[in-house]
Amino acid sequence: MAVLLIAEHDNKSLKDATAKAMSAATALGGPVDVLVAGHNAKGVADAAAKLAGASKVLLADDAQYANQLAENMAALVVELAGKYDAVLSPASTSGKNFMPRVAAALDVPQISEIVSVDGPDTFTRPIYAGNAMQQVQVAGGKKVITVRTTTFKAVGTTGSAAVESIGAAKGPGTSEFVRDELSKSERPELAAARVVVSGGRGMQSGDNFHLLEKVADRLKAAVGASRAAVDAGFVPNDYQVGQTGKVVAPELYIAVGISGAIQHLAGMKDSKVIVAINKDEEAPIFQVADYGLVADLFKAVPELEEELKKQGY
Amino acid sequence: MKVLVPIKRVVDYNVKIRVKADQTGVDLANVKMSMNPFDEIGVEEAIRLKEKGVATEIIAVSVGPQEAQETIRTALAMGADRGILVKVAHEVEPLTVAKILAGIAKAEGPQLIILGKQAIDDDSNQTGQMLAQLLGWAQGTFASKVTIEGGKAEVTREVDGGLQTVRLNLPAIVTTDLRLNEPRYASLPNIMKAKKKPIDEKSPSDYGVDPAPRLKVLKVSEPPKRKGGVKVKTVQELVEKLKNEAGVI
Repeated sequence: MAVLLIAEHDNKSLKDATAKAMSAATALGGPVDVLVAGHNAKGVADAAAKLAGASKVLLADDAQYANQLAENMAALVVELAGKYDAVLSPASTSGKNFMPRVAAALDVPQISEIVSVDGPDTFTRPIYAGNAMQQVQVAGGKKVITVRTTTFKAVGTTGSAAVESIGAAKGPGTSEFVRDELSKSERPELAAARVVVSGGRGMQSGDNFHLLEKVADRLKAAVGASRAAVDAGFVPNDYQVGQTGKVVAPELYIAVGISGAIQHLAGMKDSKVIVAINKDEEAPIFQVADYGLVADLFKAVPELEEELKKQGY
Repeated sequence: MKVLVPIKRVVDYNVKIRVKADQTGVDLANVKMSMNPFDEIGVEEAIRLKEKGVATEIIAVSVGPQEAQETIRTALAMGADRGILVKVAHEVEPLTVAKILAGIAKAEGPQLIILGKQAIDDDSNQTGQMLAQLLGWAQGTFASKVTIEGGKAEVTREVDGGLQTVRLNLPAIVTTDLRLNEPRYASLPNIMKAKKKPIDEKSPSDYGVDPAPRLKVLKVSEPPKRKGGVKVKTVQELVEKLKNEAGVI
């Protein structure tokens, strides 16, 4: 089965999500070509060429791909799709944006956010915010799939695929990029961080998030939040971990002042180790936490920072 | 300009769903149903555009069972002008819905179609984008702000790293994210008035669409349960366990 994997990147670096989606792509049975569509993105293509399992990297380097506009991305992928049996992309906001257009153009259903490849045409995906798992089989035709990357391991970088430059497709010209307002942070990206420290409504204010930031700095962690904290205006929406926000699966997830609503659990329950700090010992978060600490967070979090500091973190 | 707001009837977001014992699906018997919350945000946005004098008519469309008429009535009570119900007894896939909506768009000629970014039942996040492709329109997905000016739509989108703003030619598709607005509650007089607003009934064949599903659902199962662990008494004990027992710091 010939597979095309669309790389996730910011023109400068290849995102870890691509290496994880590659695991899903290779599970379909090879060969896997990787498409890097961007602007001045040769470095990204070189990084993609090192992904284990990549048989070829296609580099479409053109200004119209600088911001991954869905209309232009879809036009390019549809043009390339003829040669492939399956097209995959990480289920990032970028992949979610253009992949359904590709599916519609190819007149096939899309299989969204798969968490496992159960066979060449059979996949499992979460529904109802992860409260049920649906196993689906594709009848025929090309497969268009987005991958929930947290459930797949990143492939290694032992590959040495060739990079082939390809021309841009004619975009429809119906949309234009205006601006990005990206959250600036010295911390790792939420979706890729090894450790995540998240705060909920219990934080009481946005200012109090600096308590979490201090702990995060000790552990080189990203800072996240529950939807309740976002809705309360404590932090911006891109902090949100949950079904309607980001899905994360770090080595360590520390939930502070988070009760553990279903919608939040859906976004973090695949984390390797979960710590919950909450003063309400009945909070549902303790039902999924490996280590629970029933305590007032305003006392426990500064103590945690102090203890980490003492131990040389 | 006309604005089309497609809406879906789904299990209410407060309901804890149950997977059927025979693994054929989720038990929908006697479960409270409501308008998909993201679609509600879409209806609200359309009403605000009408209040600003940008939109002239709001058409609420639902593809689903007869009961979806209630969902359309809710949209009419909020402030939509009329409804279209495309009756399908079984579950419909996003591509099917997109094809039906494309047919309606061609018949009605809206300048803007506002959809929820995803339905909270199947969590597909596809219909708006598919509809945009089928119509050859631009899209602004996961919108947290929409401005219509000079024949264009400027849409601020919630993306992984923050916000992205795009400018779209009209007609265009917008899909809503949570922070676009807070939907209003319908007032009692408006609920009464909504009863008199017209709802057209159609079938997929009116738009030349075969509603048969193309993905086969083999089974629906409970997600693997995660077991709770231990309670620690102090921060010191927590750090010790994370370091020496779990080995994650």
